[in-house]
Amino acid sequence: MLEIESISKTFAKGSINEKRALQKVSLSLQEGDFVTVIGGNGAGKSTLFNGIAGVFPIDEGKIVLDSIDVTFDPEYKRSRLIGRVFQDPLKGTAFDMTIEENLAIALAKGEPLGLRPGLRKKESRKLQERLELLEMELENRMKQKVGLLSGGQRQALTLLMATIVKPKLLLLDEHTAALDPSIAHKVMSLTQKFVTEENLCTLMITHNMKASLEFGTRTIMMHEGQIIMDLQGEERKNMTVDKLIAQFEKRSGTEMDNDRMLLG
Amino acid sequence: MTLTAFQGSLELGIIYAILALGVFLSFRSLNMPDLTVDSGFTLGAAVSVIMSVSGHPFWGLFLAFIAGGGAGCVTALLHTKLEIQPLLAGILTMLGLYSINLKVMNGKANIALLNKATVYSYMEKLIPGDYARLIFDVVLLLVVLSLLYLFLKTRTGFVLRATGDNDQMVRSQGVNTDLVIVIGMAISNGLVSLSGALIAQEQSFVDVGMGIGMVVIGLASVIIGEVVFGIKTLFRRLVAVILGSILYRLIIAVALELGMPPTDLKLVSAVIVTLALSMPVINKKFSGVRRKYKRLDPTKKSPS
Repeated sequence: MLEIESISKTFAKGSINEKRALQKVSLSLQEGDFVTVIGGNGAGKSTLFNGIAGVFPIDEGKIVLDSIDVTFDPEYKRSRLIGRVFQDPLKGTAFDMTIEENLAIALAKGEPLGLRPGLRKKESRKLQERLELLEMELENRMKQKVGLLSGGQRQALTLLMATIVKPKLLLLDEHTAALDPSIAHKVMSLTQKFVTEENLCTLMITHNMKASLEFGTRTIMMHEGQIIMDLQGEERKNMTVDKLIAQFEKRSGTEMDNDRMLLG
Repeated sequence: MTLTAFQGSLELGIIYAILALGVFLSFRSLNMPDLTVDSGFTLGAAVSVIMSVSGHPFWGLFLAFIAGGGAGCVTALLHTKLEIQPLLAGILTMLGLYSINLKVMNGKANIALLNKATVYSYMEKLIPGDYARLIFDVVLLLVVLSLLYLFLKTRTGFVLRATGDNDQMVRSQGVNTDLVIVIGMAISNGLVSLSGALIAQEQSFVDVGMGIGMVVIGLASVIIGEVVFGIKTLFRRLVAVILGSILYRLIIAVALELGMPPTDLKLVSAVIVTLALSMPVINKKFSGVRRKYKRLDPTKKSPS
C-alpha cells in the first residue's frame, strides 16, 4: 500500500542551522497494517509524515501510495488518498464553520471544485449517522460552529473527517497528546474502532511507549532521521517498555532521557 | 435631512454595497486584506466610461467586472505562486494598475461623459417616474446578493470560506487552495470594479484617483454592518454588509449637512472604521474600569 524508498530531507542545507531530518528512510506497509512510530524529539517522525503528505518536496527517494508514484505530487493531490489528524486540535477543522459544513467538505473529498450545493439533504442524514458513532452527542449540535467544541470533540471530529471517505493511508500525529487523559482514551478507542472496521493502513506517532506496543501490529522507532528498530510479530508481542528502552539505548548509542516518553 | 439627500445617500449606499460585498469576500471570507480595491475600483470606472463613450454602457458594466476579476487574479497569483504576502501583493497590483488605468483612459487623468448614454439614461427612458435609477440599482444589488449567497453555499463556496479559516485543513481534504484563492479574489475584485463602473455612469465621469481610500470605505461598511446588524448566519452577514454600506452613507450625509467639509470624508471614514474595529476592546476596558471604581466607592457595600 505504502512504499517509501530511501527518502531524505535536509533543512537549511549548507547553513549553520542545517538539519538532516530524514536520512535515506525506507518503509513498506501493506493494506491493513497499523504501525506505531516512536522516537525522541527531533527524531524525524513528524518530518516523515509531512514528507509523505507532501507538505514539502523530498530531496531524494520515492514515495508510492497504492501503486501510484506521488513523489512529485502537490499536497492537496495526495490528500485525496490520505487522511490526517494533527496534534493541534485547531488544525483539523475550520472553526468558524458549522460541524455540518466541515463534514460536508470532508465528505466531498476527491470531487472536483464545482457549483453543486455544499450540503445536500441526503448527505445531512448520512453525516448525522456518522456523528452518532462518536457517542459525544454531537449529532444534536450539527449547526453549531466548531469553535465552540472542546479539544477532544474537535479531535474526534477531525478523525471522522479524515476517515469519512476511506483513505488509503491514515496519518495520526500524536493526535491525543494535547487532550486530557479521559478524553484521550475515548479518542484512542474511536481510532481503534475506525481503523479495525475499515481495515485502514495506519501510521500513528505516539510519545507513549506503552501505547505504542498496545495498539497496532508493528512498531518502528526513529532516531536522528533514521529508523533504528522495526518490531513485528513474536518479537513485538514479547516486548515490554523496559526492554524497549534498553534496545533504544543500545541502538542509538545514547541514553533515553526523554521524560515524555518514559513517563507518558 | 431632505428627501433628495436621503434618496441620494440611499442610492450611493446601494451601489457601494456591491463594493462592500466584494471587500467582505476577500477580507472576511478569505481572510486576506486586499488593497487591489483602490485601483480596481478606478479600473471598473475607466472601462465603464470608455465603453459608454463608444455607445455600449451595458457592456461597460460587464467588461468592468471581468477586468476587476483579472486584477484579482493577478494579486492572488502574486500571493499563491510567488509567495508574496497578501497585503504586499495587493499593494503591488494596485500600483501597477494605476498606470494601466491611465492607459485605459488614453492617457487622460479624467474623462467626462457629457451627453453620452449611460445605463441610467436608458433606465430613465424605460421606467417612468423619479425612481428609475434607484430601481435599477436595487434590482442589480439583489441579483448580486442572491448570486453571491448561492455561490457561498456551493461546494466551492464552502471550501472558500474554510480556506480563509484554516487553509491547511482544506488542503488535507484534497482541495487546491491556490485555485480557490484565485477564484475568490477574482470575484471579490470583479464586484469592486462593477461598483466603480456604476458610480462612473452615475456621476458621468471618471477620475484616475477616484478609487483611493475605497478599501477603507468598504471595510467601514462591512464592520458597521457587523456591529449593528449581527453575524449569526451567512445570509444575515451579507445583508448586514449592505445595510452597513447604506448606514455609512447616511452617517456621512448627516455629517456633511452638519457642516463637515467634503475633503474630511476620508478622515471621518478612518475614524469610523477605527471605532468599529475597536468596539470589543473598548467595551472590555470600559466594564473593567466601571468595576474598579465601584469597588473603590466607600458608600457602596463591598461584595461579600
